[in-house]
Amino acid sequence: MLPLIARIKAAFGAEVSGLLAFLLLVVVVFGATAPNFLTLANFDSIAFQLPELGLLTLAMLIPIISGGFNLAIIYTANMAGLTLAFVLNLHGGPDAGFWPFVYGSVLALGVGALAGCVMGLVIAYIGAHPILVSLAMMIFLRGLGEFLTRGGDISGFPPYLAALGHGSVLGIPVPLILFLVCAALWHVLLTRTRHGFAARMVGSNLRATSYAGIHSKRTLTLVYTLSGMMCAVAGILMLARFNSVRVGHGEALLLVTVLACFLGGVDPFGGFGRVVPVVIALIVLQVLSSGLNLLGANQHLSTAVWGLFLTGVMILRWGAGRIADRQRGRS
Amino acid sequence: MRNFLRDYPAEAKLLAVLLLMCTGLSIAAPQFLTLTNFSSLLNNNAVNVIWATGLLVVLIAGGIDISFAVAGSVVQYLCVYAFTAIGGGNWAVGFLCAGVFGIGLGLINAFLIHQFRIISIVVTISTFNAFFGLLMFFSSGRFLYNLPSWWSGRVILWEYKTASGAWADLTLPVAVMVAAMVATWALIRHTTTGRQLYAFGDNAEGARRVGINVGMMQAIAFGWCGMMAGIGGLMQANITKEVVPNALIGRELDVLAAVVLGGARLGGGRGSVLGCFMGVLLVAIAQNGLNLLGVSPYAFKMVIGLIILIAISTSNVDLAALLAPRRRER
Repeated sequence: MLPLIARIKAAFGAEVSGLLAFLLLVVVVFGATAPNFLTLANFDSIAFQLPELGLLTLAMLIPIISGGFNLAIIYTANMAGLTLAFVLNLHGGPDAGFWPFVYGSVLALGVGALAGCVMGLVIAYIGAHPILVSLAMMIFLRGLGEFLTRGGDISGFPPYLAALGHGSVLGIPVPLILFLVCAALWHVLLTRTRHGFAARMVGSNLRATSYAGIHSKRTLTLVYTLSGMMCAVAGILMLARFNSVRVGHGEALLLVTVLACFLGGVDPFGGFGRVVPVVIALIVLQVLSSGLNLLGANQHLSTAVWGLFLTGVMILRWGAGRIADRQRGRS
Repeated sequence: MRNFLRDYPAEAKLLAVLLLMCTGLSIAAPQFLTLTNFSSLLNNNAVNVIWATGLLVVLIAGGIDISFAVAGSVVQYLCVYAFTAIGGGNWAVGFLCAGVFGIGLGLINAFLIHQFRIISIVVTISTFNAFFGLLMFFSSGRFLYNLPSWWSGRVILWEYKTASGAWADLTLPVAVMVAAMVATWALIRHTTTGRQLYAFGDNAEGARRVGINVGMMQAIAFGWCGMMAGIGGLMQANITKEVVPNALIGRELDVLAAVVLGGARLGGGRGSVLGCFMGVLLVAIAQNGLNLLGVSPYAFKMVIGLIILIAISTSNVDLAALLAPRRRER
């Protein structure tokens, strides 16, 4: 058992075992107290709810690792969803064929990438603070979206989109597959590619990275562009799941994505963070929320518990760090 | 003048932009340069300025607070129950309650940040979620209309009938706004604590080594922000005459943008009350101007977002260096 834990730690980071223990604890507690918790239907609903928040969290993850922030994720996702919705509506709404969906999605990804790229350029080449740039981009995109839609929602999409939003392949929900594929991509990007390495280094120490000969400005631009594209994927999924697009859909998720990243052990100052613990943290959050839901509490209590949970985890980490320091002092 | 440019580059630039905008608008829209318009601008933005002064102190001390707008909502509810419990109350009790509750919520943030060495953005995001979730849970999302009459009544401090017959007036929130600005200015500019806040924000470790009480700095910064959040919440309820649990959520980011426009720096050690007032005013006047020019209301936020984006993108351009290029060559 212990070698297994050591191998997991080596492969996915020290956070994983602690978070898995948390997950186990939460499942056991809710399994004992909440009726219907340990049922297939419950896990199915968790699997359908997780991907939206998950994809948005992935979009938040890379900027945080690079030492920044992206507050514009929700509205970037909304704008990408709007783009796809416009393309589909141009081709007859519910009667649109498959190709409009394909090139609408490509356009949506392009819109997401463009929004991210602009932010990245301003952050990298002007040196403005990422929180501010993305905040301004968020306000701008929200305004643009409200201007284009007049605050209403756009609906009436072809029926095959239901397969993307609600379908299953071999019993696994399609949104979950999409999320897992994206998470795997992100994991490989961060751990196996030159760009991922550069992004982590930029997050650790921007100046040292530049002096080391890495084109840190290009790296930062790419980080936000990729984040924008991930938002677009989330936007497309949201369109398929709700069968409508409204600017402001998912607004409440913005700070939850940050919470999930920090819970997953991502360093708030940047430089350190892995995909796998963040995915587990997301599962913990979703299981918490669904368990509380089955116990009769509403979504708002879950929000509160999420916040308290993050505080608790940070306090535990502080305690663990102090114990480690003391042991190091003794030896 | 040159000293102002050098010491307050962001404020100077903002002032120039504001003057330019006001000049342009008073030519393009005749209603802009009227007493009625200006008094309503002040009335409508008093709460944002109150919050901005609180947030400013946190930013100067090197922190960030996401939770203050939600804290304002929590204070509103606590106040309603407190006033019911003591059977009425008046403005003095109101300010005292709102201030104390706000300070209490702010101190929760400060305690978590200092005691457990968690950075402020993580703490305030978690308290943001905790405050909002608990508020919605315990209030069940209910609106409260049965406010005491002194609280919901409009307090007019100054009024004037203009030549066109319209009334221009200033209400209590404006006076509170001025008081908040003066108090914050006195705190950060004219007390030892204020100097220590700047020093702590600029270099926390250095400040600790010269003997500044770091825990006290966090407590003062977040306590001040909490107090302003509470008082802002009290004023907001006075304006809207109702208490709605999710009315204030989301405002924190707009206020943050305005404060930073006014020259405060994320990372600490810089910022002024005048700048943060002008930052709020810039956004307000832009919106007011668009309104008077007959632009579609749906386009407001887009234009304002664009203005903030441009302002932030150009904020690193050094104006003093542009105006005095010769000094550099020497």
